[in-house]
Amino acid sequence: MSAITRDEVAHLARLSRLALADAELDHYAAQLDQIIVSVARVAEVATEDIPPSSHALPLTNVYRPDQARPSLSPEQALAAAPAVEDDRFRVPRILGEEA
Amino acid sequence: MTTTRTAMPYDEALERFEPVLGLETHVELGTASKMFCGCPTAFGAPPNTHVCPVCLALPGALPVANDKAIESTIRIGLALNCTIAEWCRMARKNYFYPDMPKNYQISQYDEPLCTDGYLDVEVDGKTVRIEIERVHLEEDTGKSTHVGGATGRIQGADYSIVDYNRAGIPLVEIVTKPVPGTDRLAPEVAKAYVTELRELMRALGVSDVRMEEGSLRCDVNVSLMPRGSSEWGTRTETKNVNSLRSVERAVRGEIERQAAILADGGRIVQETRHFHEDTGVTTSGRSKEEAQDYRYFPEPDLLPIAPSPEWVEELRAGLPELPSLRRRRLQDEWGVSDLDMAAMHNAGAIELVEATVGQGVPAADARKWWMGELARRANESGTPLAELPITPEQIARVVELVASGALNDKLARQVLEGVLAGEGTPDEVVEARGLRIVSDEGELSSIIDQVLAANADAVEKVRSGKIAAAGALVGGVMKASRGKADAARARELILEKLGVSG
Repeated sequence: MSAITRDEVAHLARLSRLALADAELDHYAAQLDQIIVSVARVAEVATEDIPPSSHALPLTNVYRPDQARPSLSPEQALAAAPAVEDDRFRVPRILGEEA
Repeated sequence: MTTTRTAMPYDEALERFEPVLGLETHVELGTASKMFCGCPTAFGAPPNTHVCPVCLALPGALPVANDKAIESTIRIGLALNCTIAEWCRMARKNYFYPDMPKNYQISQYDEPLCTDGYLDVEVDGKTVRIEIERVHLEEDTGKSTHVGGATGRIQGADYSIVDYNRAGIPLVEIVTKPVPGTDRLAPEVAKAYVTELRELMRALGVSDVRMEEGSLRCDVNVSLMPRGSSEWGTRTETKNVNSLRSVERAVRGEIERQAAILADGGRIVQETRHFHEDTGVTTSGRSKEEAQDYRYFPEPDLLPIAPSPEWVEELRAGLPELPSLRRRRLQDEWGVSDLDMAAMHNAGAIELVEATVGQGVPAADARKWWMGELARRANESGTPLAELPITPEQIARVVELVASGALNDKLARQVLEGVLAGEGTPDEVVEARGLRIVSDEGELSSIIDQVLAANADAVEKVRSGKIAAAGALVGGVMKASRGKADAARARELILEKLGVSG
């Protein structure tokens, strides 16, 4: 049995605002299934005496100097927004009437 | 029959209940660039002009921490007597709200950079130690405007529009431990704490801490317990408290509101309340009865922060003179009482007096003008003293004019009035209004002659030895000269003319 169904992949694609064709759904469903199974193997080695790790590299203190750099133009910034008003991102109603 | 009161008078509330405070303060750091990207941070830019792939969370963009923000947070922690973590991580705070395009805020969770400190504040001549639970670093969120609906608030809005300029600006959160035992001083303690914190940030140079622009924001937690009880009550969290005065009003208002509910046998709902600057009341916001699960986890895109002890000690050694110590030093230098110093502190006059003294003015004169005439005018117009349109240099010039005898105090007050009214520098006001003391002896002498002629009774009394009656004659001269005569010289001349010695 596969770790993720084709329907679940379609659902994820919709949440991610990705328009996937039928052939792509089949393709990604198989790939994602393989990824999930591979990652699940990690759980098999994770035991009590192995502390969870958050970072793969033994690095700390990686910073950038506090220097301002040019930003995007509002046109560039808003180019992919589904809705724009007054140079701002327009988003659907956040709360209902009550609350 | 019971009547439901919405607020219990403060004194009555304090007779029956004891408040416990908690304060959560957010300080926007004054860095040149954002926390995790190079976008500028200046306030008031046109919407979405300070945004880039990182702070818009475009696919593939990765954050890198701003070294100055880390440094500033450690300096704040040190100034608040905190322990600095030797190793800590940023964390993702996940939530479903469009003020962050990533759908999470990079913050810190169980590994804050600074912990367990304190800040001492003075209220009513008493030192109150406010324990600091934690100081952590996070990023600010975007600014939402809610469209449609009557109030401009999120409730009832049709939709919202978002500007992400502020998203990603470094934000330091400073959380106190619960503060019990402040009793009826609770509102003043809360205000004194935020005031002291603001001055500390200013002394450290880490933020411009403008409450009206939101670079210093304060959430006020209040709970009440019946007198004699040791079990704390349910607290509420009041947001949108945007001035020092509001901090005080919000605490007071919440004590009065909660006391009325508890006295009627009701219960306090754990919730976020929204402070209204215009009316001073709070209204109910989001209920916090069901703890929100932010699904925090360590931020995988940022490496752990591990400040070396050497660096921390270097930062500690470089801390500036802290405001409370500075005030003590200035008090000694100026030779003023605790009470006068506290009054100057409350009026926001210390820096102004200091700058005026820096212009060579004696401390007593600097204090007299700022705490007298100017404080009165600031109070009348409801503006902070520092925002009056007059500078320490200008006060210094007025004091100089008085010292040289060119002005007396009354004329000096008119000069200040002119400067405040935008009529120019003190010298320009003196010129334009013709405010110089009448120092021309001939002119003064002729004014005195007129006054003597018109006041035969007083003249007779002075001649017969009642020197005190000369006061009325001097008054007459001041009136006739519209305040521009040198009163001491006028008195001398009057006595001389009447042939008596003062």
